Amino acid sequence: MTDQQTPAAAPAGEPILLTKKDFVSDVDPRWCPGCGDYSILAQAQKAMPDFGYRREDIVFISGIGCSGRFPYYMNTYGFHSIHGRAPTLATGLKASRPELMVWVITGDGDALSIGGNHILHSMRKNVDIKVVMFNNRIYGLTKGQVSPTSDFGQKTKTTPGGSVNYPIHPLVVALAAEASFVARSVDTFPDHLQETISRAGHHKGSTFVEVLQNCNIFNDGAHREFTDKEVRDDRMIFLRHGEPMIFGKDRDRGIRLNGVRPEVVRLGDGITEEDLLVHDETSEDPTIHFMLGRIYWPEFPVPVGVIRNVSRTTHDALLQGQVDEAIRREGRGDLRTALGGGETWTVGG
Amino acid sequence: MSTTDPTTEHEVEIQELDRVTVRFAGDSGDGMQVTGSQFSQSTAVFGNDLSTLPDYPAEIRAPAGSLTGVSGFQISFSSSPIYTPGDAPDVLVAMNPAALKRNIGDLVAGGAVIVNGDAFTPNNLAKAGYANNPLTDGSLKGYNVHEIPITTLNARALEGLDMTPKQVDLTKNFFALGVMFWLFERSMEPTLEWLEEKYAKRPVFIEANKRALMAGYAFGETTEIFHTHYRVAPAKLAPGTYRNITGNEATALGFLTASQLAERNLFYSSYPITPASEILQQLAEYKNFGVKTLQAEDEIAAIGAAIGASYGGGLGLTGTSGPGMALKSEMVGLAVITEIPLVIVNVQRAGPSTGMPTKTEQADLFQAVFGRNGDAPVPVVAPASPGECFAYAIEAWRLAIRHMTPVVYLSDAFLATGSEPWRIPELDELPDLRAPDHTELEGWHPYVRDPETLARPWVVPGTPGLEHRIGGLEKLDVLGTVSYDPDNHHRMSLLRAEKIARIANDIPPLEVFGPPEGELLILGWGSSFGAIRSAVERLQARGKSVAHAHLRHLNPFPSNTGDVVRAYRQVLVPEVNMGQLLFLIRGTYLVDAMGFNLVRGKPFQISEIQMKAEQLLGDL
Repeated sequence: MTDQQTPAAAPAGEPILLTKKDFVSDVDPRWCPGCGDYSILAQAQKAMPDFGYRREDIVFISGIGCSGRFPYYMNTYGFHSIHGRAPTLATGLKASRPELMVWVITGDGDALSIGGNHILHSMRKNVDIKVVMFNNRIYGLTKGQVSPTSDFGQKTKTTPGGSVNYPIHPLVVALAAEASFVARSVDTFPDHLQETISRAGHHKGSTFVEVLQNCNIFNDGAHREFTDKEVRDDRMIFLRHGEPMIFGKDRDRGIRLNGVRPEVVRLGDGITEEDLLVHDETSEDPTIHFMLGRIYWPEFPVPVGVIRNVSRTTHDALLQGQVDEAIRREGRGDLRTALGGGETWTVGG
Repeated sequence: MSTTDPTTEHEVEIQELDRVTVRFAGDSGDGMQVTGSQFSQSTAVFGNDLSTLPDYPAEIRAPAGSLTGVSGFQISFSSSPIYTPGDAPDVLVAMNPAALKRNIGDLVAGGAVIVNGDAFTPNNLAKAGYANNPLTDGSLKGYNVHEIPITTLNARALEGLDMTPKQVDLTKNFFALGVMFWLFERSMEPTLEWLEEKYAKRPVFIEANKRALMAGYAFGETTEIFHTHYRVAPAKLAPGTYRNITGNEATALGFLTASQLAERNLFYSSYPITPASEILQQLAEYKNFGVKTLQAEDEIAAIGAAIGASYGGGLGLTGTSGPGMALKSEMVGLAVITEIPLVIVNVQRAGPSTGMPTKTEQADLFQAVFGRNGDAPVPVVAPASPGECFAYAIEAWRLAIRHMTPVVYLSDAFLATGSEPWRIPELDELPDLRAPDHTELEGWHPYVRDPETLARPWVVPGTPGLEHRIGGLEKLDVLGTVSYDPDNHHRMSLLRAEKIARIANDIPPLEVFGPPEGELLILGWGSSFGAIRSAVERLQARGKSVAHAHLRHLNPFPSNTGDVVRAYRQVLVPEVNMGQLLFLIRGTYLVDAMGFNLVRGKPFQISEIQMKAEQLLGDL
């Protein structure tokens, strides 16, 4: 295993001094007023200067949906591709241009319905792309149809009698696909969101960030039950590497394992922090990470933060490694030799 | 002409022939493809012109001895230039009753049949549906049958080797190959060298196959069953160094060469599909040229990754067959609207749907030209022979880079797996494909166009100051921002169409073989070249006013195409589809062309085209 934690910063020379406004494009964002996407855009723009990449070396690639417009608003290179397929373009771009920083902006329908296969394979190949999935649990751009993360029984324009589909748990999908970095944040938690995007940007390898995002037009309050200011401390758990899994306004509750099953316990009465699970985002064993990706309100507090962060050699590095190794072993390819390969014979003039 | 060869002990008649067609047939586990390709290799090195046609079932191992499990390999070789693997074989090698039954009907009257007599057991005869043994019931009396107990003789030759009986049996195809080498005076050397390399780690297999081969050769030499052996003199090919090459090999080499000529790294992403998989396999071997390959999770991902690579300034290439092409069509549209250079290979096979995966067809022309939503014009090129795949792989990239557009490259199963001698080009014969990335800020916009070609600049990420956004939404002319303006959409649709139409100024005119005007023009495209050209040569030799023109550029057509098709009283368009080029020609030029369409998963035979032409000329 090689250490891939250090980002391939721009070549030595002038330090890159950029600010948020360098990443604001000349196109005015056109999402609905009050949309959670504005917040994600602002936090992403704030996080960018810190990565040490020049603006021209950063590429945002999106699919279709409200999230798909994101690249237009970033003053970097950008590609608004087709529905569900952004990870494929990102894979090809990163493989052929490993020095670029490549982001994929997607939504719950784009990533988990039409593009599900590409999420699986870009993650398991550890392609060094940073996927940010806006999860509003609805199809917003097409005006309100059921999405793969919509609630069971949810009434939408295409499910007037209530959805008969059980929702996907996005983080479990990312973990099952062997993403090397998996995290969750919320559109209305600006600091947490910026920090999460920042950590994602610094990770080298397949990165999946779910952002719980509100669609105030077609699925208003999708996450309100646990994200509202008054309840969030009691209904969510903010994960920190190396810290026990404690939550609650009074930090009086925690998560422990009872056999192989997680349970919420109240501290006191003989239960101490020692009994609680301690978050280890770097654990190679993903069992607890799966658990964290799966537990949800109302049975459990909703985990946010970095759930998994492990180091594996990236797809682009492996591909480039094979090229370098072939050149080392065989010398740089000679076209004349390749053309004349196999048995040949000569016909005289 | 017959002479006596003084070098052999017994009297052998030598018959000099201009052209011979041989078909090897056996169970799909009998190694007929290897046998055929080794025979081809030796024939190529000998200096004959040749053309091959493998014919194998889609099942890797159909039930042994069954009719559906028969695998065949046909080779035609000649002392003069030839264009097809031959209509009817002169010699059939049949390793079992099923192979005999499936192929005997194709043999010329009086043709030679070499059979493995050991395989004609009651069980195998029953599996092939023979009520009586054809070797003894007189049904083959119209042919020159040579029954050889190949299994027994081969096992005897391998006695003492540390191999299982099953392993021994698997080498009997080399016994048959040895017989054929003797019969046609081929050298065993190329095959012996190939064995050394192939089984470097299994010396016993080298020894076994060598013994099998030499035993077969010795059998031919010492037994009396062949009174004749055949001599096909080397062909007079243009001077140069040659190799025998299949269409898929030439395609892969052409793409590799294009990347070297363009000084850009090749990125090939593909999903396994018959008959295109060999291209991925071969390109994966060129890593020391900087070639990167990706076996994608599906067809859509494969083209998506290729677009990503081209967006980054590489040569993004993807390859597939018809069903995969269907899946890629939305992505082709994305490359059209973003005006990104890209090449999409379709090695066509018989459709629709899964169709007949190992069988050839030319039925994806409409798909290539039209198969997208919206008005999404794409240039289409199609090589006409296995060797020509090289030049058209390069041509596809020349057009893609110069005109900033996706290009469809249409091969087919016949070209892909067929082979012919190919003159290795000198590097200075090849075009210069270099086109620097655009880095100039002054006067730049994402969709500003070259006044001649209408191509937009290729600006790649990493270029400072030119950060911009592109995508699948309609673009504002010049500025490239998103636009829903009605007049702008109309203008952009016209520009996209005009950009592709202008490629007609950048490709050679359609060449005519034969009289520039007259009674009949046969117009073809793709792999039917050989059969058409051979038929036309025969008709011309009999004084007929017949010409042949063959399109390699299917969209746009060469600028003189209309003049060519209007210069003859009749135009015949033979295609292995239901009339797709015919439809385009009639629609584009308003000429009353006629189709000749046979869709059997097989290439045309020369005689079929000749007969159709004779009908039109009133000779029949």
